[in-house]
Amino acid sequence: MTMASLFDLALAAAVLALAWWTISTREAFAAVIDFVAYGLLLALVWVRLGAVDVALTEAAIGGGLTGGLLIGAAARLRATEAAAAAERPGPAVRLIAAVGSALIAAGLVAAVLSLPDPAPTLAPNAAANLAATGVGNPVTAVLMAFRATDTVLEKVVLLLALIGVWSLAADRFWGGRPGPHHQADPNGALAFLARLLSPLGIVIGAYVLWVSADEPGGAFQGGTILAAMWLLVMMAGLTDAPPLRRRWLRLLLIAGPAIFLAVGAAGLWLAGAFLAYPVAWAKPLILLIEVPMMLTVAVTLGLLLAGPPRRLE
Amino acid sequence: MSTFLLATAGLILAMVALALLRILRGPGDADRLMAAQLLGTGGIAVLLLGGIGIGFAAVIDVGLTLALLAAFAAVAFVKAADASRVGNAAVEDDR
Amino acid sequence: MSGLIDLFTIVAVSAGAFFFLAGTVGLLRFPDALTRLHALTKADNLGLGLVVLGLLPHAGGLLAALKLVAVWLLVLLSGATISQLIARVARREAPPS
Repeated sequence: MTMASLFDLALAAAVLALAWWTISTREAFAAVIDFVAYGLLLALVWVRLGAVDVALTEAAIGGGLTGGLLIGAAARLRATEAAAAAERPGPAVRLIAAVGSALIAAGLVAAVLSLPDPAPTLAPNAAANLAATGVGNPVTAVLMAFRATDTVLEKVVLLLALIGVWSLAADRFWGGRPGPHHQADPNGALAFLARLLSPLGIVIGAYVLWVSADEPGGAFQGGTILAAMWLLVMMAGLTDAPPLRRRWLRLLLIAGPAIFLAVGAAGLWLAGAFLAYPVAWAKPLILLIEVPMMLTVAVTLGLLLAGPPRRLE
Repeated sequence: MSTFLLATAGLILAMVALALLRILRGPGDADRLMAAQLLGTGGIAVLLLGGIGIGFAAVIDVGLTLALLAAFAAVAFVKAADASRVGNAAVEDDR
Repeated sequence: MSGLIDLFTIVAVSAGAFFFLAGTVGLLRFPDALTRLHALTKADNLGLGLVVLGLLPHAGGLLAALKLVAVWLLVLLSGATISQLIARVARREAPPS
């Protein structure tokens, strides 16, 4: 057995062990840390499968942002944790849950095993037409050229999710500031970290976007890094969360999808189909779309984690 | 060389998995935070070794992203551990 | 020459793995939170640092090598600060007697 297969086995075992620990841990805090570790290991799995772009996204979202979201939820649930841990479902409920889970697992196994081998794929077609899109990274070409419609709709869905989160606010706080007012010693360790790390993070986020033309990367991953840096600065108390009724905030939120849709509509007239790019202009147009999209993703993800507005201005 | 790098990656992976025991056992939140920190650093090491071992130099970018996001997640965890103890938005005391 | 580079990588990466082992053992076996934190920071700084050092010749170019060093520096910076914050949490949980 080669070293690569041994490594894969170790990785698979670790992923399974982590999944088991995450479910069976009683304490929410520990379970969240387990889940973040699970996301990290999944990023390794993606690398082993050769999908570095997906690994980048998994590391960014699964490693960091989801962890932040879940730990906020776990912190708010701490008061009820003792009561939740003391619940003991009866044997009938446990049996139904076990049978239900087993059936779903069996269904998934059957579906995976019955897939045609070799799997039908459009990858050769995408690779053959790569030159027309002006980018060298096939993942970027698929996301921004061949299946651009899906990407637009994803961004709109993100926006809808944010509005859903906002709708959880009490009426009187609508448009106010989300999250608690973080106070931290401006000379303390946390402020130091935020001040040093956030400019570096912004550069790296922009780099990840820039490099996505020919190497693994992307606007979404770059936006996630920017969001994490913004949240870091907020948590260090160096800046307060902006009131949600501010015009610049709302303009940033719609800038990405709006410009995307505008370019798409222009494509109807310039190149004959919605979201078609005239061949010579493909790369500049893609860049024109991606930069505002990265900013929108950054602001949207940051606000999703900050939560519904809880304070007046 | 690639065999050696992958083998070391597997070794560090196993050690990091052991550290997870500290998450389960750890008598306090600080221990769990430490285990999370080791996971982040160990994960980056495994990523770099494994990725470069199979020839993907692009994993270095994944390592950069992971370093940044792990720092953010760690701060979020520390804040959550603090807030649940003090009972309000965490206030650092710096003496 | 290439044999020498490979030897360098093997030595550096093995040393890095050793420090990771030391850090993990420390995390699992030391008696209290602050000593465990001390063990952890060794893994962070030296473990990752030696691994990065060993991988530098194989990164494929100057930019990639610089990025590798940047990863280590980022982890160093955030690790040092997070350790401070964790120590505060540990002190609050078990005030020094």
